[in-house]
Amino acid sequence: MTTSPLAAPSLAPAGKERGGRRSFLLALPTVPFFAYVAVFLVLPTIIVIVESFRNRDGSFTLDNARRLFSANSMSVFGQSLALSATTAVIGSVVGAVLAYAIVTGSPTGPLRKILTAISSVLAQFGGVMLAFAFIATVGRNGFVTKLLADWGLHMDTTWLFEFNGFVLVYSYFQIPLMVIVFLPALDGIRPQWREATETLGGSSWTYWRRVAGPILAPAFISSLLLLFANAFSAYATIAALTNANTVVPTAIRGAMINEVSDQGNYPQVLALGMIVVVTVVMFAYARLQKRATRWLG
Amino acid sequence: MTTVSDSSVPVVASSVGPPPRKLRAARRRRTTVFRWITVVIVGGFFLIPLYSLFESSTKNLGGRRVWDAWQAVGSLATADDPNSKLLWVGLRNSLFLVALTLIIMLVLLVPTMTWIRLRVPWMRRTMEFVCLLALTIPAIVLVVGLAPIYRQISHILSTDTIWLCFAYAVLVLPFAYRSLDAGLDAIDVKTLSEAARSLGSSWTGVILRIVIPNIRSAVVSACFISLALVLGEFTFASLLNRQNFATAIFQVGQDDGRLAMALSLVSLLVAFVLLLVLSLFSHSRKGRKGKTA
Repeated sequence: MTTSPLAAPSLAPAGKERGGRRSFLLALPTVPFFAYVAVFLVLPTIIVIVESFRNRDGSFTLDNARRLFSANSMSVFGQSLALSATTAVIGSVVGAVLAYAIVTGSPTGPLRKILTAISSVLAQFGGVMLAFAFIATVGRNGFVTKLLADWGLHMDTTWLFEFNGFVLVYSYFQIPLMVIVFLPALDGIRPQWREATETLGGSSWTYWRRVAGPILAPAFISSLLLLFANAFSAYATIAALTNANTVVPTAIRGAMINEVSDQGNYPQVLALGMIVVVTVVMFAYARLQKRATRWLG
Repeated sequence: MTTVSDSSVPVVASSVGPPPRKLRAARRRRTTVFRWITVVIVGGFFLIPLYSLFESSTKNLGGRRVWDAWQAVGSLATADDPNSKLLWVGLRNSLFLVALTLIIMLVLLVPTMTWIRLRVPWMRRTMEFVCLLALTIPAIVLVVGLAPIYRQISHILSTDTIWLCFAYAVLVLPFAYRSLDAGLDAIDVKTLSEAARSLGSSWTGVILRIVIPNIRSAVVSACFISLALVLGEFTFASLLNRQNFATAIFQVGQDDGRLAMALSLVSLLVAFVLLLVLSLFSHSRKGRKGKTA
């Protein structure tokens, strides 16, 4: 027992070089983690993919996949993509401005702490509660609705449950998410870069155009992609707002409820469509994220 | 380079004398103004819906102040009406879920991440990929794939809400990983664990008495983010027909809007305070740069 601690450190490089059996044994302690992930993450994903190419009796079919391109599915996907793109752009632009405003203040001051805490709550906790918040604000008897009515502005409140309403509600968690993911990138900007620009005769515009802009661009675009994926996957808020199956996640809900009467594996097919979209987006995200950390690490 | 700047340098040099300090002060003032304008506008956008929750939960349709919803919130644990019971069960389930999810998350992540850093660094990419995958696959897609798995779990264990903890551990995985990864980056795991091992510590001892105390604030922040995610989780619970806090609020909202709004506000505020406390906690976590294993 006393000798093993001394021997242990020297095992690591040897194991790496020889590979094979030794590195396999060394990897053993990671098995519980990967086994868990295999059962609760990889297996469900495989089930979705396999099931979307099978019909009720379990034989292989492409009929389901064809349903992905039906007019109905296409319009749902179109709606989802439009909503995600719109709110990703709004969220990332407004969020980046707010994040920059936060960074110009003290890094340990109360403003930053309060705003990051609010952002975390709205971006990651909200869901159902945010839907109620907006019903309370611009719903039929909402606070702002009544306020506007008092001023003589009568608003048709059904818009909250349509595209524009979704954009508003989604922005409410997209902007905070941008603040959270973009703050670290802005923190990586060094004041020396600005001083260097000034010493070389650059204006504020030159600095943003030639220095900060290009450095922040990968981080900004990767955050935008993350926001897109986030909006595309969001379920709770819109599910609490409306029973209509207007976006893909709620269409999946609808298909799951009607599963019994349905002939094909429609929920799985819609889910497969989501996997394809999100995988493309997140692949680009991961690539850009690597680039982003080159200067801002 | 030199030829280009040749003409511009003298111009700059002349203007670099005394004015820049004034210029810089002016810019700082402008920055402050910009900061507060932005914060007030966006902050207003954040706060109006929250204030509306308060307004709508305390006013009846006639516009009179009523506090019945808030009284119901206060007596959630003791009241006998179906809504209170529903909420109480949901809240209890969610709290148990938080505890179980945190245990699973820490047990899975901390030893594995430590071991990978020490002995099998080539597996780090794989682990990062797995966490990115967990971030990529939408919850709603996981629900579709997990439904048959949960049918099996119902047979083997039970249909109890509590077993959602398995799915929730996957849900919090990428966020907890990022936080713990930053924590482990900041300490020299290798030296610390070798020191502990050569003094006769077991591997369990290394994890419990060396690694965890050293990445305490990372563990705390991983726990907080997981807590926020699990307490607010709706997708899995509602589509797999389990009862947690969010599904209970949603159900109550179908017939008692004021109570649902009051609860939404309370839970948002509680989450906010928790995360604010966390940020005060993690204040000391600065020295990130430097020795990385």
